[in-house]
Amino acid sequence: MKKWLSAGAAFIIVTFIIVGWATNRHQTKPQKISIVGSTALQPLTEAVAHQYQQKHPGIHITIQGGGSGTGLSQVQAGAVDVGNSDVFASQQNGINAKKLRGHVVAVAGIVPIVNPNLPVDNLSLEQLRQIFTGKITNWQQVGGPNEKITVINRAHGSGTRVAFEQTVFKKNDEEVTSQEQDSNGTVKEIVANTPGAISYITRSYVNQRVKSLQLNHFKATKANITTNRWPLWSYEHMYTKLNPNSATTQFIRYMQSPAIQQHLVNSTNYISIHDMKVKKTANNQIIEEK
Amino acid sequence: MKKWSKQLTSPSAESYQEVTGKIISFLSITIIATLVITIIVFLTYQGIALFTQDHVKLIDFLTGQIWKPGQNLFGALPMIVTSLLVTLLAGIIALPLALVVAIAMSLILPQQVYKICQPIVELLVGIPSVVYGYVGLTVVIPFLQKMFGGTGFGILAAIVVLFLMVLPTMTSMTIDSLNAVPKSYRMASAGLGATRWQTISRIILPSAKGGILTAMIFGMARAFGEALAVQMVIGNTTVIPHGLTEPASTLTSVLTTGIGNTVMGTPANNALWSLALILLVLSLAFNLLIHLVNRKGAHHS
Amino acid sequence: MSPIKIDRIATIIILGFSALIGVLILSLLGYLLITGLPNISWHFITSQAESFSRGGGIRDQLFNSVYLLFLTMLVSVPLALCAAIYLSEYAPQNLFTNLIRLAMEVLSSLPSVVVGLFGYLVFVIQWGLDFSLLAGAMALTILNLPLLTRSCENALQQVPSLQRQAGLGLGMSQWRVTTKIVLPAALSGIMTGTILSAGRIFGEAAALIYTSGQSSSVISYSNWNPFSPTSFLHPLRPAETLAVHIWKVNNEGLVPDARAISNGAVVILLLTILFFNLLARFIAHRLSRRQGLIK
Repeated sequence: MKKWLSAGAAFIIVTFIIVGWATNRHQTKPQKISIVGSTALQPLTEAVAHQYQQKHPGIHITIQGGGSGTGLSQVQAGAVDVGNSDVFASQQNGINAKKLRGHVVAVAGIVPIVNPNLPVDNLSLEQLRQIFTGKITNWQQVGGPNEKITVINRAHGSGTRVAFEQTVFKKNDEEVTSQEQDSNGTVKEIVANTPGAISYITRSYVNQRVKSLQLNHFKATKANITTNRWPLWSYEHMYTKLNPNSATTQFIRYMQSPAIQQHLVNSTNYISIHDMKVKKTANNQIIEEK
Repeated sequence: MKKWSKQLTSPSAESYQEVTGKIISFLSITIIATLVITIIVFLTYQGIALFTQDHVKLIDFLTGQIWKPGQNLFGALPMIVTSLLVTLLAGIIALPLALVVAIAMSLILPQQVYKICQPIVELLVGIPSVVYGYVGLTVVIPFLQKMFGGTGFGILAAIVVLFLMVLPTMTSMTIDSLNAVPKSYRMASAGLGATRWQTISRIILPSAKGGILTAMIFGMARAFGEALAVQMVIGNTTVIPHGLTEPASTLTSVLTTGIGNTVMGTPANNALWSLALILLVLSLAFNLLIHLVNRKGAHHS
Repeated sequence: MSPIKIDRIATIIILGFSALIGVLILSLLGYLLITGLPNISWHFITSQAESFSRGGGIRDQLFNSVYLLFLTMLVSVPLALCAAIYLSEYAPQNLFTNLIRLAMEVLSSLPSVVVGLFGYLVFVIQWGLDFSLLAGAMALTILNLPLLTRSCENALQQVPSLQRQAGLGLGMSQWRVTTKIVLPAALSGIMTGTILSAGRIFGEAAALIYTSGQSSSVISYSNWNPFSPTSFLHPLRPAETLAVHIWKVNNEGLVPDARAISNGAVVILLLTILFFNLLARFIAHRLSRRQGLIK
C-alpha cells in the first residue's frame, strides 16, 4: 500500500515536470534584462522595472545590488546587461570606460548630516573640508559648542564618498582616519545616536532622525541642486556595453522618459535629469546648460 | 549441474547490491572531497594574486599597518590583530559563563527545568547573526555610549555581540560533553561520600575537559568567521586598536564592506581575497587546535 | 571550611551566575518579541515588500526562505547521509579516511562570507546560474554539509553493533544491513540533526547576499510550472530571503517603516526556527516510541 502510494506520487511529480517543461518550450521565451550594481539605485530601479513589466509582460527584469564596483565589473565582463553605478566608469579602477556606454538616469543630492541635538546649522565648504581632513576637530572651531567632532566616513570606493571627496577635497588632501560605514542606513543610525557626529548620505535617506546641514547658507533643496548652488550631487548611471540589445535600450529609455523622471524619480527624492540646469563631467567640471 | 556451478560462482544479488552501495556512498564522499579541494585551490589562487600579479610583498601584507587600497597600501596587520583579539576576548568571557550555565542545567537543577531550558538554548543557537548585529546596534551601542562616552562603536561592542552569539553554542556543546560523562562515575563519587561540588570539580569536569575545550574553540571559530553582526557594530576603522572602546575592523568586516565597491582583478579586490585566504588559514588552525585538544583529552582519560 | 559549606557556596555561585545569564537571555528574547510582535499582522505576512512606501510585507521573503531551505535539503541530505554511511560503515582506518575527515573540518571552518564569495564567483558567474535560488542552495549546502554529515554519522554510530552483526549473520550484504537495519534505527537521530541544521541555515544571510541575491523578481503564485521564470517554483530566479531582507532593510532601506519591518521579520524568523525545533523534538519522540514498540 505504502509503496503504491509513493510510486503514484513519484509518477504524478514526474508527469508534472515533463508537462511543465514541454509547455514552456512552446511559449516564446521572455526577454531577460539583468541589472546589477549600486545599492542606492536599487530601490528606484526596482520600482521602475515593476511598472515596466506590467506594461510589457514579455520582458523579465532581474535587479540585484552588490555595489557599484560589482555592477561595473559584471557589465564589463558581459555577465549582465546593465551595471548600475554611482560613479563614472572612468573613475573606477580596473574599468575600461571606452568599452562601456553610460546612461544617466537620475541625480542624487548628497547631504552632510549631524546629530539632531547639535546647535550647528550651517558650514562652509571649506569648513566641511577641514573637518573631513582632520584639521578641525572640535565643534567650537566652527561656532558650535565645545564638543569633539566624530567623523563617520563612507566606505572606501563607495560612490557617495567618491562624489563627496571630488567636490569637497582639494588636490592631495587626505581624509582623516575615522570610522567607515558602507551603507546609508547604518550611517544615519550612527549619526542619530552619537553626539557630535557628522557624516554624509544620499538625500533620499534623510529623515527627521538626523539634522541636515546647510552649505554656504544654501539648503539641499531641489532648486539649489539643479543650479549647482548646492554643489554636492552626483549622477546615477546605468552602464551597458556599446551595443546593448533592444530590450535593454528600451528599458533605459523608459527610465529616462519625462513621465518616470517627473513622477517616480521625484517622489523618491532623487532629481529628474530633465530639471538639471548644469552638467558635471567625470573630472568634476561644471558646465552651464543654455 | 552447470546451472548450480554458475549460481555458486557468479556474484549473488546481495553482492551486486553491495557494489551499488559502495559506489553510491563513495561517490558522495568524492563529491565532497572535490568540493573542498576546489574551494581551497580557488581561494589560494585568488588569494595569492595580490602577491604574484600586483607584486605586493607577503611580509608587507602581514606586518603592514596601513590599509589604504586607493594608494596601494595593503597592511593587514590591524585586521588580523583585531580579529584575534575580539574572538579571544569573547571566548574567554563566554567560556566560564557557558560552563556555569551548563553545570547548573545538567547537574544541579531538576530535570523539568532542563527540559524547558534546552529548547531555549537551541533556539538561541539558531538566531541569525544579523539579528545579533541588530540588537547590538539598537541596544548595546547606546548602552556603551552612556557608560563610556564616545560613539559606542568599537571592539567592546563587537565583543559583547559576539559573546551573546557564541554563548548559546558553547553552552549547548558543553551540556553535551557533561552529559557524556558516564553516570557510573557520578555514582561512584557519591558512593564515596563526596559532596556535589566535589563530584563536579574533581570527577566530572576533568573527564569532560576535552569536550569543554572543543566547545570553547568551536564557539570562537564561529565568532572568528562572523561578518555581518561585527560589521554593524565595530565601527570599521583600519587601525590597530589602542583601547577597548575604540573603533577597529576585523578581517570579515573589511571583506564584506569592500567587496561590492571594488572591481574584479584590481589590486584592491585581490587584497580582499588575500584577506579571505588568511581567514581560511586561521580558521583551519582553530580546527586543528580542536583536534589536538581532543587527542590530548583522549589520552588523559 | 567543611566540604559541605564549600559545596553550598559553590552551588549558590553557580546558580547565581546562571540566573544572571538566564535573565540576560530572556530579556534579549523578550526585547525582540516586544519590539517585533506589534508589527506582525496577517497583512504583514501576506503582502509584498514595498520599495518606498510604508506598509510593505514579507510574503515573498518568507516563501523564498522556506523554498530555499527545501532546495538546500534536497541537495545536502542525500549527500551528507551517503557520506556519513561511508564514514561510519565502510571507511577503512587509513590515510584517505583521515584526509576526508580533515576535508570536512576545512569545510566546517569556512566563514560564511567566504562561502558566499566562492559561490558568487563559481556558481553565479562561472557556471552562469546568475543570482538564483539554485546558487544560494548550493552555497548553503557547503555550509550545511559538515554539520549534517557529523550528526548523521553520530546517529548511525549510536546503533548497537549487535544489530549489524545479526544482519550480517543472516547473509545480508553490508549495504542492505545499512539501509534496512541501521538506517531505520538511526532515523530519529538523523531527523533531529537535519531539522536542527535547517534552523541554523534558515537564518543565514552573509552567504546568500552574493548568491541568491538581494531582491526578488516579480513572481506569480498561480504559475505552478517550475520551468517558467515567473513561477514561484522556478529554481533559477533570484530570491531574497528573510534574513537577507532584515539586513537590507537596515542597511539601504528607503521605506519609512524600515524599523518596524525588520522588527517584525525578526520575530517571524524566530517563530519559524522555534517551529523547526519543536518539530524535530516531536518527530524524534514519535520515531523512538514507534521503534520501542517494534523492538
